Amino acid sequence: MTKKTFRQAINEAIAQEMRRDHRVIVMGEDNAGGMGAPGEDDAWGGVLGVTKGLMPEFGRGRVLDTPITESAFIGAAVGAAATGLRPVAELMFVDFLGVCFDQIYNQAGKFRYMFGGKAVTPLVVRTMFGAGFRAASQHSQTLYPIFTHCPGLKVVIPSSPYEAKGLMTQAIRDDDPVIFFEHKVMYDDEEEVPDEAYTIPFGEANIVREGKDATIVAFGRMVQFAKQAADELAKEGIETTIIDPRTTSPLDEESILESVEETGHLVVVDESSPRCSMAADISRLAAENAFAALKGPIKTVTPPHTPVPFAPELEDAYIPGPADIKAAVRAAMA
Amino acid sequence: MSSDKILPLNMPKWGLAMTEGTVVGWLAAEGDTVSGKEEIVEIETEKITNVFEAPEGGVLRRQVIPVGEKAAVGALIGVIAPPTVSDEDIAAFVDEFQAGFVPPEAEQTGEEAAGQSLECGGYTISYRVEGKDHDRIPAVLIHGFGGDGNNWLFNLQALAQERPVYVLDLPGHGKSTKTLKDASLDAFTGVTAAFIGALGLSRVHLAGHSLGAAICFAMLARSPDKVASVAGLAPAGVGEDINIDFIDGFVAAGRRKELKAVLQNLFADPGLVSREMVEGVQRYKRLEGANEALAAIAAANFTQGKQVARFGQSLSRASCPVMVIWGREDKVIDPAQADALPANVVTHRLDAVGHMPHMEAASRVNALLSDHFRGAEG
Repeated sequence: MTKKTFRQAINEAIAQEMRRDHRVIVMGEDNAGGMGAPGEDDAWGGVLGVTKGLMPEFGRGRVLDTPITESAFIGAAVGAAATGLRPVAELMFVDFLGVCFDQIYNQAGKFRYMFGGKAVTPLVVRTMFGAGFRAASQHSQTLYPIFTHCPGLKVVIPSSPYEAKGLMTQAIRDDDPVIFFEHKVMYDDEEEVPDEAYTIPFGEANIVREGKDATIVAFGRMVQFAKQAADELAKEGIETTIIDPRTTSPLDEESILESVEETGHLVVVDESSPRCSMAADISRLAAENAFAALKGPIKTVTPPHTPVPFAPELEDAYIPGPADIKAAVRAAMA
Repeated sequence: MSSDKILPLNMPKWGLAMTEGTVVGWLAAEGDTVSGKEEIVEIETEKITNVFEAPEGGVLRRQVIPVGEKAAVGALIGVIAPPTVSDEDIAAFVDEFQAGFVPPEAEQTGEEAAGQSLECGGYTISYRVEGKDHDRIPAVLIHGFGGDGNNWLFNLQALAQERPVYVLDLPGHGKSTKTLKDASLDAFTGVTAAFIGALGLSRVHLAGHSLGAAICFAMLARSPDKVASVAGLAPAGVGEDINIDFIDGFVAAGRRKELKAVLQNLFADPGLVSREMVEGVQRYKRLEGANEALAAIAAANFTQGKQVARFGQSLSRASCPVMVIWGREDKVIDPAQADALPANVVTHRLDAVGHMPHMEAASRVNALLSDHFRGAEG
């Protein structure tokens, strides 16, 4: 076991599954790079290098560079999945979903139901999300609530390199369409990741930390901020439980509700816009099912309801951070 | 007053991954007289809480780290000294230590630092060794079903004060090859023998836990000339019965809650099963091939709920000292099975201890093992 980055962990999961199952293919814009041009092969590995090295090992037949036409290649990936392959397609930034959403939510997400359970669509759409990359509002959004809203799609948000590898392996082996969210500022995060293949099941939250005073539910990069906040709160004598649901669909409601029953206080930390968000959804879950256990108001930590600003100072102010989480925990317990 | 009578209590290092610990309870107050080996402070690591004993007797003069605070491995947590040492000298000792103390780098204490592996019996076997500078007969510690070398985290360094100590991950476990060619006790014994041979060790003390103890008994039967002594902790291979619900539950459990309930069977105090311990076992069970290996081992060794290999009476022919340590609250293998052991087997029954005596009563087990090993060396 060695330390691996978030980027390496995802790459290794895809490579191991490609070795294991010849039906697994990779496709996306510059996923190899250099195709059809006199330039260097494997030049990019996707815009941030996640798929680099796959083309030299598996060849152009299994690692496809696509035109800059999400509507076409996401549609092609859905069709390939419906007809026997297991594509891992890269929607470079999730912000581009607008041009290929019908293929995902209205086709891929419906096939199993439309054909009475006889059709499967083993598709993975990898996509980058999140603010903090100085990439302006069209490349910085956190749009997993939109996919979570649509039945038939599974939605995965890994919070660390270990989580990313196990969840990607599970995503590729899963027979349903999976939208896999990679936070673009986490690619160089490092931790111990096993060399062997392993799967983390969908729908089982990770209890990141246990404490009796309050429950913090957080997603993706927000899990790291929640940990910082929890460490600082612990010094003040406030012990928090942190729950990383790992997948928003399916959602491990049981773990969240059990923890709220124990602590009586809930804070939800979500990088997506506040309206119709996971913060709103989980608040509803607790209010409806654990109302009697709640000893104070549910608090949410989200950005403001505005596009992600481009000015660096404003972008930094927009992203929820450890200080916001600490304040929310104190407010929930006040 | 010379400071050589002043004894520092340093944060112990339990397991290779440990970089810091939290003082969760002082069992002696400042000013209390403590004897050597007396348990004086409870320390919580990421994996488990354990008690730390005074290395020598004296008066606990200073609790440097208060309850609830963390300290790095090696940090000064307390001071023991005779009452004749002045408070000023104690204060000066503490100041001097703190000024010179540099916490070890995370990289150096990381699990990677000391992990090694070798090829034997067709497997990659991961192992660790400590105490190689000593020239006494080495000891090899063998974990049980579903465990790994890290189960000896409270024992490895203590025993390595006197002799080289090797801990390995059996095939199917830890960081060793997961896919088993043969899950029988014979096959595990063969791999263990090959491991000892590959290390070039001519004669060893063997200590095993649960299924690992059965491997030790089988090694003794197979190669008595290579075995200086045998210690079985909560041993398999003695009686017929085993808690097959535990074995099956361990294999079947996937979700955290189920697994936690299963793991609580291992300890007299179920509170010892921490979130981190459950997560560690979950991470192991997720690895490709691990759970298949566990199922194969269970099928081969605990057929129809009964232990296949039983050495009980044959231990009377042992050519070396044999010791058994059993927790009276063992919920996996009934400690009453010890009653049927032959008279030459020295049996220690520990109160308020379950199936993991080496974790739950680490200091007592370390002392018993150390005496047993030394006794066998004459």
